[in-house]
Amino acid sequence: MSNLVKIENGIAAISNDDWTLVQLPVTQVEERKQAGKVVLFKLTGESTVTEDQIANTVIPATGKIIVPLSVFVERNNELTNRIAQGEVGVWLATHELLEYLIQQQADLNVLPMIAVFVERFADGRIFSLGTLLRTRYGYKNELRAFGDVLRDQLFFLKRSGYTSFVIRQDRSAQDAIASLNDFSKPYQGAVDDPQPVFRRYNRGA
Amino acid sequence: MYKYDEIDQQIVDERVTQYRDQVRRYLAGELTEDEFRPLRLQNGLYIQRHAPMLRIAVPYGMLSSRQLRKLGDIAKKYDKGYGHFSTRQNLQLNWPKLEDTPDILAELATVEMHAIQTSGNCIRNITTDQFVGIAPDEVIDPRAMAEIMRQWSTFHPEFALLPRKFKIAVSGTKQDRAIVQAHDIGLEFYRDNNNKVAIKVWVGGGLGRTPILGSVIREHLDWQHALTYCEAIIRVYNLHGRRDNMFKARIKILVKALGINEFRNQVEAEWTHLKDGSNTITEAELNRVAQHFEAMPYENLPDHDAGFDAAIASNPGFSAWVKRCVHPHKQAGYRAVTLSLKPHGKAPGDVTSEQMWAVADLADEYSFGELRSSHEQNLILADVKLSDLYAVWEKAKTNGLATPNIGLLTDIICCPGGDFCSLANAKSIPIAKAVQMQFDNLDYLHDIGDIELNISGCMNACGHHHVGHIGILGVDKDGSEWYQVTIGGKQGNDASIGTVIGPSFSAAEMPGVIQKLIEVYIKERTPEERFIDTVRRLGVKPFKAHVYAKDEVAA
Ligand code: SF4
Repeated sequence: MSNLVKIENGIAAISNDDWTLVQLPVTQVEERKQAGKVVLFKLTGESTVTEDQIANTVIPATGKIIVPLSVFVERNNELTNRIAQGEVGVWLATHELLEYLIQQQADLNVLPMIAVFVERFADGRIFSLGTLLRTRYGYKNELRAFGDVLRDQLFFLKRSGYTSFVIRQDRSAQDAIASLNDFSKPYQGAVDDPQPVFRRYNRGA
Repeated sequence: MYKYDEIDQQIVDERVTQYRDQVRRYLAGELTEDEFRPLRLQNGLYIQRHAPMLRIAVPYGMLSSRQLRKLGDIAKKYDKGYGHFSTRQNLQLNWPKLEDTPDILAELATVEMHAIQTSGNCIRNITTDQFVGIAPDEVIDPRAMAEIMRQWSTFHPEFALLPRKFKIAVSGTKQDRAIVQAHDIGLEFYRDNNNKVAIKVWVGGGLGRTPILGSVIREHLDWQHALTYCEAIIRVYNLHGRRDNMFKARIKILVKALGINEFRNQVEAEWTHLKDGSNTITEAELNRVAQHFEAMPYENLPDHDAGFDAAIASNPGFSAWVKRCVHPHKQAGYRAVTLSLKPHGKAPGDVTSEQMWAVADLADEYSFGELRSSHEQNLILADVKLSDLYAVWEKAKTNGLATPNIGLLTDIICCPGGDFCSLANAKSIPIAKAVQMQFDNLDYLHDIGDIELNISGCMNACGHHHVGHIGILGVDKDGSEWYQVTIGGKQGNDASIGTVIGPSFSAAEMPGVIQKLIEVYIKERTPEERFIDTVRRLGVKPFKAHVYAKDEVAA
C-alpha cells in the first residue's frame, strides 16, 4: 500500500504515487568533515555530489520523474522537452541551496513537483526550505517531504508549506494523518496561514 | 500577569492530548528511543541518572499564587515533595515517573501552565529581570513583548527543530539583570530620541563550552518588528548553523565563523523579505497583552513607615534581612522581597511543597497574589507594603525562607550537577553546601559583601559559572571529579567571562580555595571595592599566588 499522504483542497488522504524518484548512484567519495573555511561552513558533514554521479544517473525514458537537483541543473538540456510537458520534478537534500535551483529555473511553477529529502527527521532545515520555496520564490505546486518523515513532524511540515508526505515505510501513513491537525489555532503566521492569531481572531482585551 | 483566553487554553490542552499519545506510542514500542527523545525534550522531560526530570515552564519568571500552590500539589503527588528552581526561572521536578507525565501536564494546564519547549533544540522559555515592572531603573516593562514572543515561539513551525537550543532574553532596565549578552538573542528595550520604544538587538552570546558575549546586530529596531527580525536571525541560523557537531551547533559559533558583519548582512538581507509581513506586531495586540501587566492597584503611601523604622532600629535580625533581601520599588511605600532558597547546607534553589504553599499564602496576603522566580534561583514577592515587611519576614523565617544572604557568598547559583544530571562531570550541590557551611557566619558574610559564586557540574554551564565573580566548574580527570575555578566573571552591562586561576582541585579542597580567594580580597580591597572590583583592578595573579602557595603557615 502507498505510504504517500497528500493534502488536496484541504483534505489529507492516502494517495497513489505516479512519480518515479530518480536517485544518484552511490559513491565511495569521502564526506567533508571539517568546516574550516567559511565558504564550506554549510557543507560540513554532508557529502557533495560528484560529476561522475551526475553523469551516471540513470534517467528513465518515460513517465513522471523527480530528478536530483544536481542532475536537473547539469543535464537540463536532456530534459527540456519533458520539463515542458510537466513530466519533471526536482528533489533536493536539506543542505542544498535553493539559489542553485533558482539560477537554473527562475520560474519554479514550471515544475509540477519539488521534493525535499530529509535524512534525519530532526533536521529542521526542511521547514525553512519549504517556507522559502512558498514565500520567497512563489512556488505553488506540489511540495513533498520524503525520507525520514514521521508523523510527529507532519504538523510543522504542513505549516511550512508541504502538501505531500511520503511517510517512512515502517510506519503507518493512515495513523500519521491524524497528526496534521494536532493544533487547531496555532499562534504564529506561517505558510499555510500567514496571519498570526492576533490578526485572525478578535481576542478582546 | 497574563491570563489565558480560550485560544491559549486550547493550545495547552491540545498539547496534553498530543503528548499523551506520544508517550503511549513510545511505551507501546511504536516510537524508538531516538524518535521519542526530541518529543519528550520539547516537553521538558529528560531521562536522568535516577529518574526522569520534568522541567515546567515559568514564562519570564511570573507565577500566580494559584500556580505555585498547584506546583506544590504536583510535587507532593507525583514527586518527593519538593521542586527545584533552575537558573532559567523554570521549576524542575527530579523524580516524576514517565507514565505520570501526561497527567502532570494535564494538571498544569488547569492553571494555565505547561512544559512546552523547556528543553530540546527549539526556542526556549523567554527570560527577563525578576524585578520587571517594578524596578526603579526600568525604562520599559518588557513583559507584554515577552508574552507576545512566547506565543510566537510556541510551536513555531519553521523553528521546531533547530541545530541546537535557542535562548532569548528581554530587558528594559538601565542596569541589565537579564544577562542579555549571554543569550542567543538578547533584546534590550529602550526609548529612542523620539521617545519611541526601540530595541537594541544582541546576538550570539552564550555560555556553555565556548563562552562568548553577544554582539550587537542592530542598534535600533522598532518594537513592531521584533518577531520578523528574530525570524530573520533564526532562519539564517536554522539553514546555516552546524548540525554535524552538537558542541559547535549554537548560533554563537555561526556568528563567530562568519563574523558579525557578514552575519548581519545575511540577516538584514533576509529581513528585507520579512519586514512588514503579517507577523509584524500591531499596536492593538501590544495593548491587549499589555493590559495584563498593568500596575497593581497600589495604595497611596508615604515613603516612610514609623513601625518599619522602629523594627529596623530595634531588631538586628530583621535589619540584616532588610539589608539583603528587600529591594527598591517604583511605587512609594512598597518594596520587593527576595525569599532566599539558599539556606546554608541545602541544595540551592530547592523548595518543598510546604514552602511553595507558604509562599503562595504570602503572595495572596501581601503581594497581590503574584510572585516571580529569579535566575539566581530565588523567589520574589514584588509588591509588599513597607508596613507589612516585618510580618512577611516573620512568616518567611518560620518557613526557612528568610536567610539574609541575597547577593552574598552563600547565595550560590548552582546547577543540579552529578546528583541528578546525567551529563555532569562532577557533583555541584555538595560543593555549594560545603561552601555555605564554611561561611556559616552572617557577620563575616556581610563583611565580605556583594559577591556571586556560580557552580556548574559540566561545560554546559547551566550554573552560569563563566559569569560568576567566582565560578566553579566540574571537570572529569581520569574518571574522578575535579573542580576548575575562575574569577572575574560578571553579569550585567559590563559583563565579562571569568579567567581560570590554575589547575583544578578536589571537592575536599574547595571550601579552602574559596576561603583563600576571600582572604586576598579582604587584605587588598579598598573601602568601596566589591570582590569583583578588586579582581578587576589587581588581575588574577595575587589570588592565584595565594591559592597555590605551598607550605604556607597560618598567620
Ligand atoms: S551544567 Fe552540566 S551538570 Fe549542571 S545541569 Fe547543566 S548539564 Fe547538568
